[in-house]
Amino acid sequence: MSLDLTAPATATRGCRETPVLKERGQREVFCGLTGIIWLHRKMQDAFFLVVGSRTCAHLLQAAAGVMIFAEPRFGTAILEEKDLAGLADANAELDREVARLLERRPDIRQLFLVGSCPSEVIKLDLARAAERLSARNAPHVRVYSYSGSGIETTFTQGEDACLAAMVPSLAQTDARELMLVGALPDVVEDQMVDLLQKLGVGPLRLLPARRSADLPAVGPNTVFALTQPFLGDTHAALQRRGARHVAAPFPFGEEGTTAWLQAIAREFGVDQARFDAVTAAPRARARKAVAAHAGTLAGKSIFFFPDSQLEIPLARFLARECGMTPLEVGTPFLHRELLGPDLDLLPEGPVLSEGQDVDLQLDRQAAAAPDLTICGLGLANPLESRGFTTKWAIELVFSPVHFYEQAGDLAALFSRPLRRKAILTAGGSA
Amino acid sequence: MKLTLWTYEGPTHVGAMRVATGMTGLHYVLHAPQGDTYADLLFTMIERRGQRPPVTYTTFQARDLGADTANLFKDAARAAHDRFRPQAMIVGASCTAELIQDDPGGLAGALGLPIPVIALDLPSYSRKENYGADETFHQIVRALARPMPRTAAITCNLLGATGLGFRHRDDVAEVTKLLGLMGIAVNVSAPMGASPADITRMGAAHFNVLLYPETGETAARYLERTCGQPFTKVVPIGVGATRDFLHEVAGITGLSPRVDETGLRLPWWSASVDSTYLTGKRVFLFGDATHVIAAARIAATEIGFEVVGMGCYNREYARPMRTAAKAYGLEALITDDYLEVEAAIAEAAPELILGTQQERHIGKRLGIPCAVISAPVHVQDFPARYSPQMGFEGANVIFDTWIHPLVMGLEEHLLTMFREDFEFHDAAGASHHGGKAGLQDAPPVAVAVPDEQAGTPNAADGGGALPPGFASPRDISEQMKPAEVPEGAAGQPGPRWLDDAERELKKIPFFVRGKARRNTEKYAADRGVTAISVETLYEAKAHYAR
Repeated sequence: MSLDLTAPATATRGCRETPVLKERGQREVFCGLTGIIWLHRKMQDAFFLVVGSRTCAHLLQAAAGVMIFAEPRFGTAILEEKDLAGLADANAELDREVARLLERRPDIRQLFLVGSCPSEVIKLDLARAAERLSARNAPHVRVYSYSGSGIETTFTQGEDACLAAMVPSLAQTDARELMLVGALPDVVEDQMVDLLQKLGVGPLRLLPARRSADLPAVGPNTVFALTQPFLGDTHAALQRRGARHVAAPFPFGEEGTTAWLQAIAREFGVDQARFDAVTAAPRARARKAVAAHAGTLAGKSIFFFPDSQLEIPLARFLARECGMTPLEVGTPFLHRELLGPDLDLLPEGPVLSEGQDVDLQLDRQAAAAPDLTICGLGLANPLESRGFTTKWAIELVFSPVHFYEQAGDLAALFSRPLRRKAILTAGGSA
Repeated sequence: MKLTLWTYEGPTHVGAMRVATGMTGLHYVLHAPQGDTYADLLFTMIERRGQRPPVTYTTFQARDLGADTANLFKDAARAAHDRFRPQAMIVGASCTAELIQDDPGGLAGALGLPIPVIALDLPSYSRKENYGADETFHQIVRALARPMPRTAAITCNLLGATGLGFRHRDDVAEVTKLLGLMGIAVNVSAPMGASPADITRMGAAHFNVLLYPETGETAARYLERTCGQPFTKVVPIGVGATRDFLHEVAGITGLSPRVDETGLRLPWWSASVDSTYLTGKRVFLFGDATHVIAAARIAATEIGFEVVGMGCYNREYARPMRTAAKAYGLEALITDDYLEVEAAIAEAAPELILGTQQERHIGKRLGIPCAVISAPVHVQDFPARYSPQMGFEGANVIFDTWIHPLVMGLEEHLLTMFREDFEFHDAAGASHHGGKAGLQDAPPVAVAVPDEQAGTPNAADGGGALPPGFASPRDISEQMKPAEVPEGAAGQPGPRWLDDAERELKKIPFFVRGKARRNTEKYAADRGVTAISVETLYEAKAHYAR
């Protein structure tokens, strides 16, 4: 059961050379602040303090449904008119709010000052504020800063900015270690660690760590693998610290997971027999679970509006493992180096688009008339109302979808809307 | 700078969107960065709209700043006009664009579009959503409505209904029906349902009905001044208020206020003996001022509750709220900080909360049932069925909505009778159907709170967006810290319970035991009693008897 992905399974070429349609217009996507919703769950002793406006606070609660929190570990320091008048005052106000917050929440060990559109426009220097506050609160609390603003980041880029901001202050090491980068649900992270340990790869380090005390060190002998495709800045920051990236397709579906593990196994000299022994059973389970949905998906066309940067690996999974035909794969930003291995595997054919002009893209979508459309929550019901079948893109980010045991769940996210459409007989448009 | 963990109102431009989305034939060009488009999902998900909100966002990026954000705005406005062909356009800035001072009104004016272009100036850093809606509607009316001859028959306009409003869809229908009973037709209902062309003929109505002061009062005052249209001050929520409203309309029109009340059930439902148990139940009210003031009157005079706390999050209406609270001997709570509201509720220890979706969650945390009476809205506030708050049918809906979270009269009686029964024992909880074992002693877990979301953890708890998965609402909700549960009178170490008294306390039905414990502890503390005996318990019971 050896793996040979380089020889094309079909006669088609990949998409690495496909020209990309670059769009510049209205974008129907979240800004990078949204990443706080999953990052604060991952980092259990962290507080995320957005320095922004009422809009930022409203975005976070609308995207997260935060009414359910007794007292969440994120909040917004809302700028008021007097803060806009003088930056000195704004800094004093920020220091006061942080002091009050840390006093109220002694469990907080990491504080992220998160820049927003307004704080960027008034040039409030949060990096300097983080240094100042870090010095003041050391060693109990470390204060970082990054921007999740909509003028600089799109949705998942917020996680990238956050992790990249942590890299410069990671401890130095000369040990040969594997760092796994990207926030994953705990259950998925545990599976990943288990698989790699069975392969005998290690020591393993995780970024982000669940608690600040477990943060990894980094150095010239660090090798890192990305679990998410949107971590371009973190990738660059780790390389600046001397770490080396193991390039691979991303671990979605049976094939993607196998290729991702294989790249790491090769780097760490795992012999093929052991690799096969460890992966055979979960590979078979993943194939079986995907097959349960492939019947619904095979032969159906799919259209991706840009959202999370997961679009290209997911299109690859749906095309190769589920038999779907991608018509357009839109992504907010296409990082050619990180996505090269996935582009090689994505069969030639779809339009690749980067950025967005939502009205023009809606015109293309209507003309393409796909069987399934992947889009944001602002577009889903309007498209359903016009008779299209849709899948909320945000669920692909919030749900456990990586690695073998979730391959079937991932396929199910796409097949469920199609099955549902087939079940309902009463019709329905708004 | 103010630390905010959660906010009752969105920013001003979301208020403007509520107006634009409620209307037809109007387009909103909003100078805003990427990310502000999140607001679309409020309408498409929470309200289940099948159309995108009629909003074009200019989506400027960092690299555009100081270069050509003004041109970006002009291009977006021109493209929006060409694509959507609206009858009129509103233009404005979100919080970030306000800082770069591009003057959307001036830029759009310079385009020479063949339609009215209405500039909005909504200060993002000092005002909030309701102001944004109110001011946007005002500016639209100002730009388009003119004095004109009245309609031959008596007609009125309905003012204030918007997209994403709490039961606005059904209130408009119910009030239209109610006015029809008096022989009054609706000329224009706006903003929701109206086009810019409709706004131009608002002057033909004889008077205005102000449904929602929060979003329509400034327009109502403007129309009063310029078109000579009086407007109604009574908001017809509740039986008494609806009757008062009819009398107010009669005063304006000279028509008879007597209408057929056949479908009105609240008065008898409240008078019938099963409702006896509602007498004096302690309620805490919080929401927007209009709904809270109306709800307090219903609670106190139509259902027979005792109002033990009330307040609102919209400071603009603090004055009428304070006046209303005074009538119940209360100090109004005016705040937009939900932690303050939570503390006030814990302190008042009510048996029922009437609040927003946030208070519903506070109720869950404190173990107090809650019925929702006000925005901010949630997907549950857009029921498939007809369920107004206004008029006589609204009163019926309110009776059901408020009473169902409570243990019913006969049920309460049976629970007392069978209190040590094998099926009605404490651990079985408020339902003997199981699955609810392990209820806490304090605070009082009074009821089987009907949790419409049971079994659907992905049901967009609190905003509509979150799918299931590792961040599903239940998974990500914080563990409640024991310290947050109010214990004893004021969180002080209370008097000690003697074993006999503790055993006696256990005999009291679980749904009133928390109250009995608190009352007894307070009674003991007030008298300097350090050890609570059975006698103390019954002395306290006699003391608090009513």
